[in-house]
Amino acid sequence: MKTTLNLEQEPFTKLKDSLVHRVLVWATIISILTSFYLIFIYAPLETTMREVQKIFYIHVSSAWVAFLAFFVVFVLSIMYLVTRKRIYDIYAGISAEIGVVFTTIVMTTGPIWARSSWNTWWAWEPRLTTSLILWFIYLAYIMIRQMDGAWDKKARLSAVFGIIGFIDVPIVFMAIRWWQSKFHPIVFGDGPSQKGGGVEPEMLVALITMTISFTLLYVVLLQKGVYLEKAKITVENWKEKLREKLVG
Amino acid sequence: MSIFTNALSIAWKDLYSEWKTRQVLTTMIIFAGLVIVVCSFAFDPTNNTTKAVIPGAIWIIIVFSGILGLNRSFVSEQKNDNMHALLTAPLDAASIYLGKFLANFIMLLIVEIVAIPFLFLLFDFREMGSFPYFILVLFIGSFGFVAIGTFLAALAANSRSSEMLLPIMLFPLVSPILIGAVQATKIILTNIDKLPNAISWIQLIGGYNVIFFVLCVLLFEYVLEV
Repeated sequence: MKTTLNLEQEPFTKLKDSLVHRVLVWATIISILTSFYLIFIYAPLETTMREVQKIFYIHVSSAWVAFLAFFVVFVLSIMYLVTRKRIYDIYAGISAEIGVVFTTIVMTTGPIWARSSWNTWWAWEPRLTTSLILWFIYLAYIMIRQMDGAWDKKARLSAVFGIIGFIDVPIVFMAIRWWQSKFHPIVFGDGPSQKGGGVEPEMLVALITMTISFTLLYVVLLQKGVYLEKAKITVENWKEKLREKLVG
Repeated sequence: MSIFTNALSIAWKDLYSEWKTRQVLTTMIIFAGLVIVVCSFAFDPTNNTTKAVIPGAIWIIIVFSGILGLNRSFVSEQKNDNMHALLTAPLDAASIYLGKFLANFIMLLIVEIVAIPFLFLLFDFREMGSFPYFILVLFIGSFGFVAIGTFLAALAANSRSSEMLLPIMLFPLVSPILIGAVQATKIILTNIDKLPNAISWIQLIGGYNVIFFVLCVLLFEYVLEV
């Protein structure tokens, strides 16, 4: 029981007492409402896809948050292996869970959009297939975390898998890109082979706002998740102490 | 240099005990045969589709029978707490990895040598674009698959349900190898004119192998810690 937690030293503060958290929650609420205004009222309708194109804002910004979350897992995994502080492991685990949720959003909004723009629910196209494999990799990551045994073993193994899994992603993307590439247009800037579709400046504003608000949402969820996890560990420790008292 | 001699002796230990029991290898080969039978039910071998199916079937055999061997490779060490004996032995973690890798790789190659001619025979597949390149793809693809597979098998062995955990971790991670290997095999077997494409696939797999082999050697000590 010696170094179970580095958290024990820091006082356990309730999350709603934390000013940073409250500011972040309000910032998230306001910015999400603003981005909904920008998406549905401010940004013009796309000429061919009409209203369906609105899903693009949510789709792209969820994808961004998912990649950010997995990148955070990668960095924290390395930091955990170097320092062995439990807090990094907790953050990595929560970040992976949020990443999987946002990847799921990407994978559900994607086919809805695809059905109306490409006339097919699914295509084995680089970005889609990579997202699918990414989703599977991080499901496996979460399964490692659910493994039986002591926390430090699980933390060590999931950190190793978090590193390997993240490094795999660009290779998967490259492999599938070679395999077949047809559908996704390169939207920003002119691609070497495909003509860039380009976006209206109003659309770009809406997209950037949505991305920022989803990133804020990610940070809020991360704080909440870590708070819950810490609370769980504290309760476990108290239970353990109580048990020792009853026995001894 | 001692890393390699240690690795060789671990590989030799595994292969020798396998030679004495013939448990895993027999199971792998029988399983490979069953996969071929299942493939023949799934894709009618009398049909002209055979050509399109063979490259995929080869890699299905390798992956599925490979998983069987990988599952056993570290779980078998838990008997009598062998794993702790290996850890306390004056060995580098990397040499345990290399030794296990070598043993798994050799076993998978033996399965391939038996199963793939059998597949060609049963599916009556006679054309072969380039034999040396075919061997090269098999070799390099299996290398990557076993390299990452051995690593993840050691990781999964920490869990009580390692048999379930290993495929779930392994399949998404090896997807680049599978895509590349199936494409390269397809070109080499049926469409040899496009050989440059096959070679670039082989290069992709090679790059993947180098990256992950180095990564696995470096990270292996974290997997084994007690």
